[in-house]
Amino acid sequence: MIRRDSFAVIAITCIAGLVLSVVPLPHWLALVRPGFLVLVVLYWSTMAPLAAGILLGFLCGLALDVFQLSLLGQHALALAMLAYLAIRFHLLMRAKPLFEQSLYVLAALVAYEVVLWAIDGWTGHARGGAARLLPAFTGALTWPMVVGVLGRFHTPR
Amino acid sequence: MAGFGTSVSRPLYGRGPSPGLRFFFYALLAALLMYLDQRGNWGGRLRYSLMAAAYPIQAVVNSPSAAWQWLTESSRARTQLRIENAALRARQRELELALMRQQALQQENAELRGLHAALPPLAKRWQLAEVINVETDPLRQRLVINKGSRDGVRRNQAVIDAAGILGQVARVGPWSAEVILITDPEHALPVQIARNGLRTIAVGSGSPDQLVLPYLAVNSDVKSGDELRSSGLGGVFPAGYPVARVIGVRREARQLLAQVQAEPLARVDRAREVMLVDFDPAHPAAPVAAADARP
Repeated sequence: MIRRDSFAVIAITCIAGLVLSVVPLPHWLALVRPGFLVLVVLYWSTMAPLAAGILLGFLCGLALDVFQLSLLGQHALALAMLAYLAIRFHLLMRAKPLFEQSLYVLAALVAYEVVLWAIDGWTGHARGGAARLLPAFTGALTWPMVVGVLGRFHTPR
Repeated sequence: MAGFGTSVSRPLYGRGPSPGLRFFFYALLAALLMYLDQRGNWGGRLRYSLMAAAYPIQAVVNSPSAAWQWLTESSRARTQLRIENAALRARQRELELALMRQQALQQENAELRGLHAALPPLAKRWQLAEVINVETDPLRQRLVINKGSRDGVRRNQAVIDAAGILGQVARVGPWSAEVILITDPEHALPVQIARNGLRTIAVGSGSPDQLVLPYLAVNSDVKSGDELRSSGLGGVFPAGYPVARVIGVRREARQLLAQVQAEPLARVDRAREVMLVDFDPAHPAAPVAAADARP
């Protein structure tokens, strides 16, 4: 069972993910920066679906909206959706080897970007081409690292 | 509300609403937020308080680079400082000379216009702000600065740096403000070619080193190296401020419009300090008041 202090761990790792997601980077590096906070939310939603709920995804998305200066609720909706998917399929996901997990993460991140892109389109901001999908690919490549780092903070059941 | 999805003792698919129902609830909430933010006054007020809440974290995120800068500044050798000081002094003398000449020109200009005295300065008030967050992805080219409504910053205020126009204030929080850069794809800036006075509009490209001029006809008189200045239309920027330099013109016989690229003069992605300027509305070069100037 998940211990109570895991809430603190989740909060701290989410804040760290948020900082990594918004820290200023050179333009070319910012283009390929994986969404660290998205990966952290995905991780906790799969590995500790009881402690991290859809509310976590919603709140982290809201924080992303505020910091990335986007429409309020845009990232919140996309990240809540991702948290829901992760919670729904967490058993399936956990049973897979790391490489296969990365593929599922890639699919989830592409869905995430598509939702963001659709909302941009509906509100009349649709811009940016295939480059928008770059963070999904780098995110999938970063997933094993995220698992390695966050796995040290708790004992997966 | 706090119990949603966070209770430790509750089995995942046991009591309480199912994940699908909870997701539906949050999706509705997010949709409501988006609706309010897109078109309501209420969303603006919510955004104002969220900007206030975000300010401490932005300051913290910015602190490593600020600390690094402070460290390099303070560890510089005495000789280096002396060299820099000498260079600055020379620059100041140069500017003083230019200013003298400018005052004479202003006087002359006033006489030619039939005025008795030179015009008052165009910039009524300016203040320095520090950049605390930069967002330069292809969709959004924005800055967050550490001055807000408490310091008198208002929406649509012009933001410039030492080299030229940088952008305008898009949203204001109590201690911080969001600046939309001229390279943002949603920003359009009325400009004029300094060489021949041809007026057009410079639109952001989404890349911090490029503007595009999409509305110039194939046969218009524009060439590489032309300087673009603000034309004073649009109600935000006054006339005559440097904006960009044309770096590429492509004309294709089959198309009606030329493809013109320009490079902004302001250091859009490397700006650390920016100036917020208030202009004297009585000045003839002041921005023409538009009905509704939106970023």
